[in-house]
Amino acid sequence: MSRQAPAVLDAGQRHPVRFTLNGRKAGGEAEPRMLLHDFLRHVLGATGTHVGCEHGICGACTVQIDGAPARACLTLAVQADGAEIRTVEGLALAPDRLSALQEAFRAHHGLQCGFCTPGILMSLDALLRERPDCGEAEIRETLSGHLCRCTGYTPIVKAALAAAEALRVPHHA
Amino acid sequence: MKPARFAYQRAATTEHVLEALHRSGGEARVIAGGQSLVPMLNMRLARPALLVDIMHVAALSHVDDDGARLIIGAGVRQRDLEMRHDTAARQPLLAMALPWLGHVQTRSRGTVCGSIAHADPSAELPLVLTALRGEVHLRSRRRARRLPAEAFFTGMMVTARAEDELIEAVSVPAVRPGTGYAFREISRRHGDFAIAAFAAVADEKELRLAIGGVAETPKARVLPTDQGLDDALDTFAWNLEARDDLHASARYRRELVRRIGREVVLAAIRDREARALKEAT
Amino acid sequence: MTLDVHAQTVGEGGWVGISIPRVEDAALLAGRGRFIDDLGMPPGTLHAAILRSPHAHATIESIRTDAARAMPGVAAILTGTELRALTTSLVVGVKAPVECWPMAIDRVRYVGEPVAVAVATDRYLAEDALDAIEVSYAPLPAVVAPLDALRDGAPLLHEGFPGNIASDRSFSYGDPDGAFASAPHRIGVDVDYPRNACTPIETYGVVAEYDPALDAYDVLANFQGPFSIHAVIARALRVPGNRLRLRTPPDSGGSFGVKQGIFPYIVLIAVAARLAGRPVKWIEDRMEHLAGAVSATNRVTRLQAAVAEDGRILALDWDQIEDCGAHLRAPEPATLYRMHGNMTGAYAIRNLRIRNRVVVTNKLPTGLNRGFGGPQIYFPLERLISRIAATLGLDPLAVVRRNLVPADAFPYRTATGALLDSGDYRAALDVALRDGDHESLLARRAAARVEGRLYGIGYAAVVEPSVSNMGYITTVLTAAERRRAGPKNGAQATATITLDPVGSVSVHVASVPQGQGHRTVLSQVVADVFGLRPSDIRVVTELDTAKDAWSIASGNYASRFAPAVAGAAQIAATRLRERLARIAAAQLNARADELVFSAGKVFSPGNPGNAIPFTRLAATGHWAPATLPEEVEQSLRETVFWTPPQLDAPNDADEVNSSLCHGFIFDFCGVEVDRDTGEIRLDRYVTMHDCGRILHPGMVAGQITGGFAHALGAALLEEQSYAPDGSLLTGTLADYLIPTAREVPEPVILHYETPSPFTPLGAKGVGEGNTMSTPVCIANAVADALGLADIRLPLLPSRLSEALHGAEPQPPHHEARPPQATQGERTLFGRGRASVDATPEQLWAMLLDPALLARVVPGADNVRRESDTRFRAEVTLGIGPVRGRYRAEIALSDLDPPRAVTLSGSVDGALGFGRGRGRLRLVPVGQARTELTYDYEAAVGGKIASIGGRLLDGAARVVIGQFFESLAVQASGRRPSLWRRLLRLFRRRA
Repeated sequence: MSRQAPAVLDAGQRHPVRFTLNGRKAGGEAEPRMLLHDFLRHVLGATGTHVGCEHGICGACTVQIDGAPARACLTLAVQADGAEIRTVEGLALAPDRLSALQEAFRAHHGLQCGFCTPGILMSLDALLRERPDCGEAEIRETLSGHLCRCTGYTPIVKAALAAAEALRVPHHA
Repeated sequence: MKPARFAYQRAATTEHVLEALHRSGGEARVIAGGQSLVPMLNMRLARPALLVDIMHVAALSHVDDDGARLIIGAGVRQRDLEMRHDTAARQPLLAMALPWLGHVQTRSRGTVCGSIAHADPSAELPLVLTALRGEVHLRSRRRARRLPAEAFFTGMMVTARAEDELIEAVSVPAVRPGTGYAFREISRRHGDFAIAAFAAVADEKELRLAIGGVAETPKARVLPTDQGLDDALDTFAWNLEARDDLHASARYRRELVRRIGREVVLAAIRDREARALKEAT
Repeated sequence: MTLDVHAQTVGEGGWVGISIPRVEDAALLAGRGRFIDDLGMPPGTLHAAILRSPHAHATIESIRTDAARAMPGVAAILTGTELRALTTSLVVGVKAPVECWPMAIDRVRYVGEPVAVAVATDRYLAEDALDAIEVSYAPLPAVVAPLDALRDGAPLLHEGFPGNIASDRSFSYGDPDGAFASAPHRIGVDVDYPRNACTPIETYGVVAEYDPALDAYDVLANFQGPFSIHAVIARALRVPGNRLRLRTPPDSGGSFGVKQGIFPYIVLIAVAARLAGRPVKWIEDRMEHLAGAVSATNRVTRLQAAVAEDGRILALDWDQIEDCGAHLRAPEPATLYRMHGNMTGAYAIRNLRIRNRVVVTNKLPTGLNRGFGGPQIYFPLERLISRIAATLGLDPLAVVRRNLVPADAFPYRTATGALLDSGDYRAALDVALRDGDHESLLARRAAARVEGRLYGIGYAAVVEPSVSNMGYITTVLTAAERRRAGPKNGAQATATITLDPVGSVSVHVASVPQGQGHRTVLSQVVADVFGLRPSDIRVVTELDTAKDAWSIASGNYASRFAPAVAGAAQIAATRLRERLARIAAAQLNARADELVFSAGKVFSPGNPGNAIPFTRLAATGHWAPATLPEEVEQSLRETVFWTPPQLDAPNDADEVNSSLCHGFIFDFCGVEVDRDTGEIRLDRYVTMHDCGRILHPGMVAGQITGGFAHALGAALLEEQSYAPDGSLLTGTLADYLIPTAREVPEPVILHYETPSPFTPLGAKGVGEGNTMSTPVCIANAVADALGLADIRLPLLPSRLSEALHGAEPQPPHHEARPPQATQGERTLFGRGRASVDATPEQLWAMLLDPALLARVVPGADNVRRESDTRFRAEVTLGIGPVRGRYRAEIALSDLDPPRAVTLSGSVDGALGFGRGRGRLRLVPVGQARTELTYDYEAAVGGKIASIGGRLLDGAARVVIGQFFESLAVQASGRRPSLWRRLLRLFRRRA
């Protein structure tokens, strides 16, 4: 470990930020104050991550940072330097092939306007990976970090339960 | 809602952090998980000149268990502590409270010490620290000191931390035989800050109830276990000087102290008995 | 799994009526939505940020923008002065000499009202520029509650609205006087219906450009309609309609009415673009949205009923006071009149008296929100039903049944003029009770009560209007005023079907969806007409007023899609099919009217082997127009405009068919209230809908669960709260509480279908009904559980405390009862005393010395003496991480040297403001000591009040404490041992 104090990234200057985005190297420049969602959307052009409140409540901007769901609006781009970031753009198996979770949302009408959906998918994707046997209570618990104004949540819960089932019995789907 | 300008430094060692705090004359702030600080930056309520990121300081990122205490480093995320296999065994009250902190999406980034530093009177961790008579480990270039929770929290979002001090860790006593714990929170929605939150510790010597969300800091009282309990809770309720706000009246908060306070201390006593039974078998 | 919707098989009756996967979803699920902030912008597009008023009511004395203009990256600053020079006031919906600007001019009237716009190269820099704009305000008294606004001497918002009344109309239908005079019972309810807002997760967005050569504006906005507002915007921008091109993005992140309210911002950003000479983009942030977007109205209602012994309602007497906030923005006061035809709900009541008053207050202006006027009507009406049952000792269901419009009466003309299109309300109610297992709920209540638990059952029966009559709002005018203005009526829907050279089908409608799946449903409707698959149909729903067919009624509101827009598309497709059939008839030697369009082919039923592929037939008009039969002019495109003939203008008796369709909803639910915490658990919720013909069951279910969640929020959590001084208390989503997946259970959804005879597809609207039925259904259940007569939304556990826990016992004798502040009160009171090692004369001298004052005022520097008793300073105040810079003024008055003085102080800054005055008394103790006593009163508000009122109060106490602490330190030349106790005192007493 260096005795030399690490460089101070000056306010008002842009500094390089590099991380892995959906398995690929990504990078750009950001002022220290730039929020991760602005960096993803407006520097890297990954507009799938949406912005709903910028104070950490609505969950629309949820991405995965080093595997865990997190609010992009409560993260500075410079904090994410070197991290592994996953966003909604990384969920589909191929451009014309949705993941089991995405497919379940489609089958169960788990979205209407689709604005909150990317964040919800990122939280549920992490949950289903970590807890494949999760039931409705855990799903609702995870979803409680997200606000959806269209669906009333019922179809989302159904979609998540169906996805969990499909992932447990992959060929059944 | 975009932050005002600040500089950013990613510290690699505790010394880097202390040096930056020392040199900044109060204009620097530590950023760990950022879950309390970044909203204030976005709203331009907080306008530090420099943010010192401590999440890459290896020395701050672990939980030490010296048998008597759990010492939780400044870089330990809430979710990591929640997911540790032995947290519930080593300090049950901590494990009871952690799922109530915000949401999984904020616990994944937020740190234990960050919540303590923020000192929101309705937050769960300051309450738990107070209930357990935990300590805050502060370090600056000048000195290292430990403050008991009740001395650390001096007001709403105000603490005894000097501007050049880093919260290096917090420590809580590990579970002790013959001790029972209980936690309960009343909030408008799950994940919201508490209207009133309760943490009780019952051992052979005393029955201690701490309450958050009502006064400007979490407050703890030792309560009698006999028929004087209701009167003691009533006095405690009035002592807390609850205020009306948008979400609950002062009167409702006092009512919760009397009713839920009672429930929680009784739950702690039952927990103590259950643990004693388990220890015996 | 694949993206293939072809896997779906067509149902017996075609595609309509089955839940095919939505065509919208694949892109949205993969992060490829095209919301406004996702779209590419012209190079050089600038970004706007808006400075907003921290005051509920104040005169703007000055706005200093030079420092902001000089900042790097800043292109323009727009204030009221420029706005007034370049635009005209927005039109106001009543006849009164008032103006309504999209930004404050000279005076602010609500917290969050725009005061200046900064335009810079990015949003961060634009917000930096806001920090550098200095606005000087002279605060005025504010009025918040509608009844207060009506009081004599209430602060006046607009000279043109004397007594703060924007409109006062009385109506009478049938013989209410006779009915009330002869009825055995008069039963009433008083309701104070709160404010809430539907808060879509995507906020407003506008990108505007101005072309000086053409004097034309080009605007992209996630506006939702109605496009009557296009005329309002164009007029404000002083251009003819053809110089305002208004476009919408392909995707919009929810609206629920709210995105109608973007129009003042369209004007604002358009003018900013003109001023900057470049395209300007503005994306509203969440705090702007909560403070400055739009709210539903709050309403104070007194509803009285003349009731017969058997519970039959003979007459209603409505007295409604509608609160539209600080400005009457188009289309208000429409919230009050949208339901005018439906003031008797689902009931056959022939006699009515209605008085409608519209008042203005220092709150956010109101506008469209899901339910629009319905929740405000049905809460009193269905509480009344419950009160009639309780008062007369009847079963609430018996009262409902006795009054429902009978099945043989449809179409039924209500007393106020609505034509209820279809229904069998009693049958629907009976099916709901049976299939919703009402019996078991009664048993659960009985069992719970035996155990001493608090369990209640609530009911609500409502009529859900859809497809608004564009003329209903003119009911606010008198018949004479209407005659002068000319009739307004109808509900034009448009749809265009296009066939391209390879015979594929495109549909365009002006429906501007925000997630309702219009593209999917239209593909179903049109596929059925042409015998194709939905995936063969491409549907475009974004609107461009320069190129597309539209009318003032276009847009997505009043639940008009399924009944009106989908029907228009069906008519357009059918007309095009008739032309294609004529072309095919010539080729197939068959009669046009017998041809079958099925499975992508066109053939005569007698000779299915001889079929023409649809695509070839559809392409004919492009490749071989000369071969078309003479009567077929072209077969390329068909545009249909459809308006229902039933929607007449209000008549001279003020009767109005305010909506085309009327769904019926009957809900019941069981709730349990926790005795200790007052928390409400929804045990079971059953909702029965008659929404006519169901086009897509999955989407109908989604509309119901979505509306239910909004309603649950309104019932239990949501209120846009203002303190008595007009400070906004719900400025973040930490205080404006929206239900999450943990709060919203799954409702039991039932259907009873009676197709509307007035719509092409038999469909009615369905999206808004639960916002009307559910809040009052839950309130009725809670009232039943607790035996309450009066109940107010939202049903905060804290508010139930009195009913649950009775009067609170006095504190133990050694505990002082702390001063009781009223709910949300923003005034702090405090008093304290200190003993200081200095003489009164020494202390007195300090108070008059700027240099010493600089050391006493916490965080002050640059103290300037304006006169002997007035000082100005710059102060930096901080509490925890919150730190801000303020301009401070301190004045001394009522001087009684060296015994007493009144200190008045004010601070103003980006984070908020504070004003306080305190009387300081100095009493000598011995030779060199002074006993200092003080009491103060302080009001604090502004940005931080809407973020964290708790924090603000704490901060104010600390700052005031610091002042006296420093005073004591300075006076005695050392840190007094007392200061900690002093601080404690502040906290305790304040």
